[in-house]
Amino acid sequence: MENSVAYEKATELRLGLPGIDEPAVLSSVKNNKRPLHDEKSGENGKSAQNETAPPSKAQIVGWPPVQSYRKNNFQQAKKSESECGGIYVKVSMDGAPYLRKIDLKVYKGYPELLQVLENMFKFTIGEYSEREGYKGSDYEPTYEDKDGDWMLVGDVPWEMFITSCKRLRIMKGSEARGLSCSGV
Amino acid sequence: MQKKMAYSFPDEVLEQVFSFIQSDKDRNAVSLVCKSWDEIERWCRRKVFIGNCYAVSPRMVIRRFPEVRSIKLKGKPHFADFNLVPDGWGGYVLPWIAEMAGAYPWLEEIRLKRMVVTDESLELIAKSFKNFKVLVLFSCEGFSTDGLAAIAASCKNLRELDLRESEVDDLSGHWLAHFPETCTSLVSLNISCLRSDEVSFSALERLVGRCPNLRSLRLNRAVTLDKIANILRRAPQLVDFGTGYYAAELQPDVFSNLAGAFSSCKELKSLSGFWDVVPAYLPALYSICPRLTSLNLSYATIQSPDLIKLVSHCPRLQRLLVLDYVEDSGLEELASSCKDLQELRVFPSDPFGAEPNVSLTEQGLVAVSLGCPKLRSVLYFCRRMSNAALVTIAQNRPNLTRFRLCIIEPKTPDYLTLEPLDVGFGAIVEHCKDLRRLSLSGLLTDHVFEYSGTYGKKLEMLSVAFAGDSDLGLHHVLSGCESLRKLEIRDCPFGDKALLANAAKLETMRSLWMSSCAVSFGACKLLGQKMPKLNVEVIDETEPPDSRPESCPVDKLYIYRSVAGPRFDMPPFVWTMGEAVRILH
Repeated sequence: MENSVAYEKATELRLGLPGIDEPAVLSSVKNNKRPLHDEKSGENGKSAQNETAPPSKAQIVGWPPVQSYRKNNFQQAKKSESECGGIYVKVSMDGAPYLRKIDLKVYKGYPELLQVLENMFKFTIGEYSEREGYKGSDYEPTYEDKDGDWMLVGDVPWEMFITSCKRLRIMKGSEARGLSCSGV
Repeated sequence: MQKKMAYSFPDEVLEQVFSFIQSDKDRNAVSLVCKSWDEIERWCRRKVFIGNCYAVSPRMVIRRFPEVRSIKLKGKPHFADFNLVPDGWGGYVLPWIAEMAGAYPWLEEIRLKRMVVTDESLELIAKSFKNFKVLVLFSCEGFSTDGLAAIAASCKNLRELDLRESEVDDLSGHWLAHFPETCTSLVSLNISCLRSDEVSFSALERLVGRCPNLRSLRLNRAVTLDKIANILRRAPQLVDFGTGYYAAELQPDVFSNLAGAFSSCKELKSLSGFWDVVPAYLPALYSICPRLTSLNLSYATIQSPDLIKLVSHCPRLQRLLVLDYVEDSGLEELASSCKDLQELRVFPSDPFGAEPNVSLTEQGLVAVSLGCPKLRSVLYFCRRMSNAALVTIAQNRPNLTRFRLCIIEPKTPDYLTLEPLDVGFGAIVEHCKDLRRLSLSGLLTDHVFEYSGTYGKKLEMLSVAFAGDSDLGLHHVLSGCESLRKLEIRDCPFGDKALLANAAKLETMRSLWMSSCAVSFGACKLLGQKMPKLNVEVIDETEPPDSRPESCPVDKLYIYRSVAGPRFDMPPFVWTMGEAVRILH
């Protein structure tokens, strides 16, 4: 029966090498601890972006066993191998009483950036699509570009984004809706 | 008449005698001698170590040991370091602080590892313990610099504040200014995990300057290279120092200032930090290198030639943490220069890259095992290994007590023979008779577990991933490793049979972690029912385990012995198996 096949597939343990046959059930390129209902939106968001190609093989959660503390700190160190001077932008979120600052140079693409924002402000971002922006959440990440316009995060290629972004704002509610409809 | 002799020692004398007995094991032995010794001992026990915060309740600890001054608690299992334990699993310290606030007003020391610590907990500590001296938060999370400000402001006799590897919500660097001008008691300050770019440097300088007993200071990245000299000149008595950024444009006056400041630290033996290193500034350390016993360069992205130059100046080195940029050539230099080396950790610079980016192989480790007779502890990430190399290492270094090898690609065989690495690891457990900790990797069959069970009699902690063929593997370990306390397994074909057959063994261990294995939900339930002294936790973020047939394997399983019974602070994705409570959720 189709049901039981699908069911068996879902509960099948992956013990083979990752990246061969099918992607591992537990595959994730991220090293965060988000609850599952966000995993889907994150992965869809990733494939909808048009900046970097996906990694050539699926990564396994927690392997190799490098402490997340070490991974986070090492990323920061690596950034200055190429260039000195990061791209620091302020981040605000509607309703939060404080601002944060992040260095856009540290991140490799939108999925990482969005994940960091989610962790920082403890909220969830919806699923991204070019047509409809972020669905499934009250929050939308936006940024002010060099021309002073407010844009939806994710609409332009990553490299263009980090050079034109002046600051980030996580909008809440109806204001956010208006912005997403005017996407390119 | 003979009976009277046994009671002729007044309690105060016994107490005095017991005060010389510091180790937990010995203290526990003392308390088993007789009832009166137990009674005396428990009133004078000052230090308690609780390896699993859910193994016992705060009330039980307080009831037994009413006069504790120092407590050490561990929360999440080790695999939490690699994101295998979902956020929200547990490990909250607040209930402990709340109980101890009332029961131990004279508590002086709190040391926590992998626990969730909130600002509320920190504020409670700050106001409850008038003589508070030591706070160590190792790999903790959940708090911000606001909580730290409370500690700084209230703890008048604070000696140690160590936040190593914790995740802190870094709202502002001004918390440092909350240390009152009257605070001069600091001996150890570790803020290396703080990411804020704005640490109140002037507050830091003043604090360092007024604490004459400061021995250990670890700065965070925000402190730039040019500021190091100022700090060091205020604390020439430092024994352990962690730099911030160690990068800047090379300027002769900055360099000579820095070199001078380092050379004035006659006691300095241990260095760490070194984020963003500019190699040209490394020679500023040369004056202290001959005294260095511990060097942590594991964040320093410097290449082998620079590493070799530095290491060759450190003949007394006992402990080295480094990235795989050191390469085999660097390790060969280490082997010839550093004959006192006891501990080596080599971390991967590019763990997720498909191809090796550096020339680091098994050869480097073999060289160190040959050249460093005192080597006891190894953590090594590499991309290839052979049985021959492992056998050589085992024969060279039977004094190894910790051997953790991570071959980056799972199930990698011996690169020369394409065989599994059973024989190599077998040699390690066989020759290294005092081996306490072992991490396996590469292609491994049930044989490696047979060897581990046969020879690993002193093994206390074993980490296994992508290994084994059948339940027999797990059975060998559980039935053979007599000293086993912690076992953590991921992605191995181990199922119900071995686990249920060795259920009693689990009560002699601290904990067992199994994820992505083949243990069925039914077996978990059975185990929970039959073994009331075990907490059997099933962790599944996708769906409740009882929404599937009982024969289905569970995603993650964490079993630990406990006298406190099941816990009640579990998130929705954790279920405790049990008899009286059914499936607690």
